Amino acid sequence: MTETKRQKAHIEFTLNGETVEVAFAPHKTLLEVLREDLNLMGTKHGCELGECGTCAVLVDGRSVLSCLALGLDMEDRRVETIEGMSVGSELHPLQQTFADLGAAQCGYCTPGFLLVAKELLAANAEPTRDEIKEALSGNLCRCTGYIKIYEAVELAAARMRGEELELPRESVYGRE
Amino acid sequence: MNKNGKDKKDLKVVGKPFRKVDARQKCTGQTKFADDIVLPRMLFAKLLRSHEPHALIKSIDTSKAEALPGVYAVITGKDLPTPYGILPVSQDEHGLCQDRVRFIGDPVAAVAAADEDTAFEAMNLIEVVYEKLNTISTIEEAVMIDEPRIQEYGDSGNVHKKVHLEFGDLDEGFKEADLIREDIFFYEGNTHLPMEQHAAVAHFDPDHKLTLWSSTQTPHYVHRALAKVLGLPAAHVRVIATPNGGGFGGKSDPFNHEVAVCKLSMMTGRPVKITLTREEVFYCHRGRHPVLMKIKTGVRRDGAITAMDFQSFLDGGAYGSYGVASTFYTGALQTVTYDVPRYRFRGVRTFTNKPPCGPKRGHGTPQPRFGMEIQLDKIAEELHLDPAEMRLRHLVAPDTVTANYLRVGSMGLGKCIEKIVEGSDWKNKHRKLPYGKGVGLACSSYICGAGLPIYWNSLPHSGVQLGLDRQGGVRVQCGSTDIGQGSDSVLAYVVAEVLGIDPFDIRVVTADTDLTPVDLGSYSSRVTLMTGNAALQAAERARELLAIAVAEKLSVPADNLSFAERRVFDVENPETGVTFAEAVVLAEAKFGTIGTVGSYVPPRAPGRFKGAGVGPSPAYSYSAAIAEVDVDPETGMVVVERIWIGHDIGQSINPMLVMGQVEGGVYMGLGEALMEEMSYRTNRNVVHKFPSLLEYKSPTTLEMCDVVTYLVEDADPNGPFGAKEVGQGPLLPVMPAVANAVYDAVGVRIDEVPITPEKVLTALRDKARGKEARFGPKSIPHVEWPEPLKVATPAEGGDGREMPRVAVHS
Repeated sequence: MTETKRQKAHIEFTLNGETVEVAFAPHKTLLEVLREDLNLMGTKHGCELGECGTCAVLVDGRSVLSCLALGLDMEDRRVETIEGMSVGSELHPLQQTFADLGAAQCGYCTPGFLLVAKELLAANAEPTRDEIKEALSGNLCRCTGYIKIYEAVELAAARMRGEELELPRESVYGRE
Repeated sequence: MNKNGKDKKDLKVVGKPFRKVDARQKCTGQTKFADDIVLPRMLFAKLLRSHEPHALIKSIDTSKAEALPGVYAVITGKDLPTPYGILPVSQDEHGLCQDRVRFIGDPVAAVAAADEDTAFEAMNLIEVVYEKLNTISTIEEAVMIDEPRIQEYGDSGNVHKKVHLEFGDLDEGFKEADLIREDIFFYEGNTHLPMEQHAAVAHFDPDHKLTLWSSTQTPHYVHRALAKVLGLPAAHVRVIATPNGGGFGGKSDPFNHEVAVCKLSMMTGRPVKITLTREEVFYCHRGRHPVLMKIKTGVRRDGAITAMDFQSFLDGGAYGSYGVASTFYTGALQTVTYDVPRYRFRGVRTFTNKPPCGPKRGHGTPQPRFGMEIQLDKIAEELHLDPAEMRLRHLVAPDTVTANYLRVGSMGLGKCIEKIVEGSDWKNKHRKLPYGKGVGLACSSYICGAGLPIYWNSLPHSGVQLGLDRQGGVRVQCGSTDIGQGSDSVLAYVVAEVLGIDPFDIRVVTADTDLTPVDLGSYSSRVTLMTGNAALQAAERARELLAIAVAEKLSVPADNLSFAERRVFDVENPETGVTFAEAVVLAEAKFGTIGTVGSYVPPRAPGRFKGAGVGPSPAYSYSAAIAEVDVDPETGMVVVERIWIGHDIGQSINPMLVMGQVEGGVYMGLGEALMEEMSYRTNRNVVHKFPSLLEYKSPTTLEMCDVVTYLVEDADPNGPFGAKEVGQGPLLPVMPAVANAVYDAVGVRIDEVPITPEKVLTALRDKARGKEARFGPKSIPHVEWPEPLKVATPAEGGDGREMPRVAVHS
């Protein structure tokens, strides 16, 4: 393939609310385009085979494994990555609760979890614990045992509904 | 009062659920992991890995790869002839294989090219001619078959290491027993599976100084290995550990890819990056050793142990790694939970043609703990005792030295058991639930840092430097590596507590061998205790300087000064005081630039015999767990519904982060109990069955159980503010608790992990046919054990030294 001149693809799409234009080798996945051609390193790769959910981003509001999506298919689509989740220096409520509850330990799987959780809360403002588990079942986390993640999603959902809730005591100090 | 002279109620930062200092970065995607580093003119590297499990390398032809446009360098074993290895006793690895490959995945060549695709293409153009050798694929084969030897060193043939230690008169102990049980267990190997694949970037700069950024848990040991292998002065090598996207022990060895990118950067003069594929991460491994165990235990009617004779057989894979330490660990911590007055340990580690095993969360101790806690459950049943009551009755007392010379300080296991027994309603459930439902209990302990470093030296295990500037800023520098557990935050919390400032006022600089004093690394659950103590010492020294200067200014005795809320003030007249920044100015005016250091060396262990180096620790954490399971006798499926766990943390530096470690430990234990296994097709080239995230089963949200956690705070005098470890300990009781619960549910013993539906069904079928209601190994291989190294126990008046060997005359 080094003998033939490589032709770059050239597309335009909406990335985190801004229109971007990017040229890249046409075989590249969305994950590679984001990281290598747009320098957005917040989207992580865990397996490149669609097995772990680490690279999840939102495309037109739906979660997509960016390691399985072609960059080329993003023409005129709306892509949201972790870099677009906070507004200015204000964190999204999910980012806030993930940070405050220790739902991000090593932080590597965190961007994927946050975006999938955002998709869930957009469709369901008051998910049950089982609905949260179901929604996040495609994302692997090796650090947390998922429990702080559930609690962070529940707390963020409550706050987004306008309820003023503190961090739950038992999840922070354990049971008496 | 705790070690810092403060009452617990006066603590402002320690014990509070602050967010981590890097939490917001992690939640906004701004944390820079190794693979996120991009440097100008950076090349990409790939390793060509062997597809043969055991073979001689007859020739390597790199000419086609070198001729490919865009390729800058190709290297093979001859470019990296110097051996290395994490332990001084097993320097058996090379950057690239020299003349033979020992497992599928062993690297034989590396390329650097303009981009990853070209590097991949070039890698595939390298031609290697192998001469196949017979393989060794199991523990049994390794102890029986001496040739071909996988390694040219070790105790004999394919036996890497044999150990035989005897503490006290075992015969006497077994004579005192009312019941003696002998059981055999097998613990399958499994792997860390961090979400981040290992990545590294090397840059050899125009001054001929080398910098390596790498996802490593042990930058100090990588620094030493690189200087040795590359022939560079250590002062010209800088290793920066990037935040690890999960480690769990899997990033604790110096790795081939780290060595290779450094060499390639030295050859090309350009930065070189490598990121392993997920499949390659499986080949790096260094995970849980598969261990076969035989345990003979004598007990009195009340369940008191009179003697224990423990044998372990480890499948080490193809290289040494941490294996000698792992071997000793399979025999070390049996004695720190319940009284074991006489104890014998025999262990053997073998070489096989598989990826090397090493330290995974719990390092060498989950396997024996699994066997021991199931055996105790069997003993309790035979003696008609409640398993919880039996354990509570025979706990090791605080402040004792065990038969194998481990000094136990604080010991909160009793409280842990009581909490979970009450919380789970154990007494109304155990042996009382309907068929298919069951509960099981198990306990464990773990070290809070290895008492000895990996290479012999008498230097601090952890060092901290503190810099205070006149604006009131505080900078804490330490070689420790944050792998997600929050070690950067612990430094900030400890310093903030002592200096009375906010943890978010502090700049934390860690894991950079140029900028930070040595910390040995994030392994053996050592960081909170050791860096915490070093930070405490540095901060107390800084506080003293500030106090002298402020006392002089305010004409108040220095002892009367309190540091809190960013102020330094007279405790008797709190309005009399200065801001923290003013205090730094006063101190700087008086003493010059303000900087202090702190360091930590663990206390000397009481054992003086050869082998006494593994097991001692400044403190031991304790955990107890009860699992509630639902077993479907039709399918053999085990669903763990809930786990109650009590953990003796000494003192939480941050309870929320402790909770996270407990839940994460339970999760990882659940995976080991039910599904995780590194398994190989032994009859087909010893190829890994499923080196992928999809087929290597690990728990998703749908398999994860509920967890109810109780934190027991029994402050330890050796811990900073009394703190002990939590990163590894809570994993340990999970697997035996699940196995014991399965027995309570359906009456079959599954004496090996993972507890898969097939094993449960097989045991149920055997039970129905009147055979033994058990699935598990039935025999152990025959091994010629060396003569025991005998040590009299403290109770027998021993001094921790080996007893003189008595010549036997016929």
